[in-house]
Amino acid sequence: MSAQEDSISYRIIADLLEARTGQQIDRGRRWRIPTTLATVFRKRGISNVDQLVCLLASPGEERLADEVVEALLNNETYFFRDRAMFDQLDDHVLPTLREKRAMRKRLNIWCAGCSTGQEPLSLAMLFRSQKALWDGWTIDIVATDISSKAIATARRGIYSQFEVQRGLSVTQMLTHFEETPEGWKVDPALRAMIRYRERNLLEMMDPDQRFDLVLCRNVLLYFDRPTRSRAFDIIHKTMADDGWLMLGAGETASSLTSRLAHVPNTIGLHQPVGLMPAKRQAI
Amino acid sequence: MKTCLIVDDSRVIRKVSRHMVEAIGLAVEEAANGQEALDACAQAMPDVILLDWNMPVMSGIEFITRLRASPGGEAPKVVFCTTENDAAHIREAVQAGANEYVMKPFDHETLQIKLQLVGVA
Repeated sequence: MSAQEDSISYRIIADLLEARTGQQIDRGRRWRIPTTLATVFRKRGISNVDQLVCLLASPGEERLADEVVEALLNNETYFFRDRAMFDQLDDHVLPTLREKRAMRKRLNIWCAGCSTGQEPLSLAMLFRSQKALWDGWTIDIVATDISSKAIATARRGIYSQFEVQRGLSVTQMLTHFEETPEGWKVDPALRAMIRYRERNLLEMMDPDQRFDLVLCRNVLLYFDRPTRSRAFDIIHKTMADDGWLMLGAGETASSLTSRLAHVPNTIGLHQPVGLMPAKRQAI
Repeated sequence: MKTCLIVDDSRVIRKVSRHMVEAIGLAVEEAANGQEALDACAQAMPDVILLDWNMPVMSGIEFITRLRASPGGEAPKVVFCTTENDAAHIREAVQAGANEYVMKPFDHETLQIKLQLVGVA
């Protein structure tokens, strides 16, 4: 790493992101900052991080900090990312929930860090593909992200040709999307299954809300250990006693919280500790 | 090792696609037009075919129609890789027997997922 990337200006930008979102850019990744902020640089007619920091300190530039934070957030996502994880939901989690919530016929699902909406839409497609099984059920999917830009894209539900084919089969694409002059527009009925909210993961959700399933994939890896630990406690408080948490393929809550336990033989699935062993079944 | 036949009249596209497909772990053969591709299939059916739409000699649609009508021609998975990116073309390709459709430009991840979806990666 060069001395430049360890300079005060780079640290100020990293600190800004952390203060606003809790996410960190560790020293080894700070070299990416100028590339990530290229659009902001171009828009403002500047060429380096030092100039950006000077601008941030200027009067009347309060919105610039918002733009910088938006640009630094990683919105990488695609439909059915890590299909094996959706297979787990399909094969085990959803059948289990269907059995346990058979009386209530309602599922509350939270996609935390939903980016531009591909994950909640994938989930909605999964339910749509099993329409007969969920007939008469209310499937309430709440999808949140800290990025207002990402949430605006998700709410709009229109994806570029590049985005729409990333992860979807041609059949899914033709079934759930319509080609429009603006791009590929998701079926309004599918879109209506999701309530999008701009929200920081570290802010508590409605204390009375209990989710049967929480998806929080490839989000917490940008937080330091204490913040991740805090996030797990917040997520745990929102979960039903027998609810499920699905983290990303390489992520675990182990050693960061005593409230959630990895479900053996699964990729990224966790359940609240305290479930009777017989209830927390390995897959 | 599973085999992939790349059918495209552009040498550059064949080269780029070859690089991606080999990185995914398939053995690659190339054909510059539909007739060369039919000849290659008559010798040995590949597991998957990456197929361009607009080519000299015969179009991708004509190729897939003739392939599917030939002995053993129903077996290979066919993935169109083309700049014909509207829904009407996509539907036409599926009706002609395509298993998947990739719109150019695409990245490694997109191609890999498409090859997984057809069961060859």
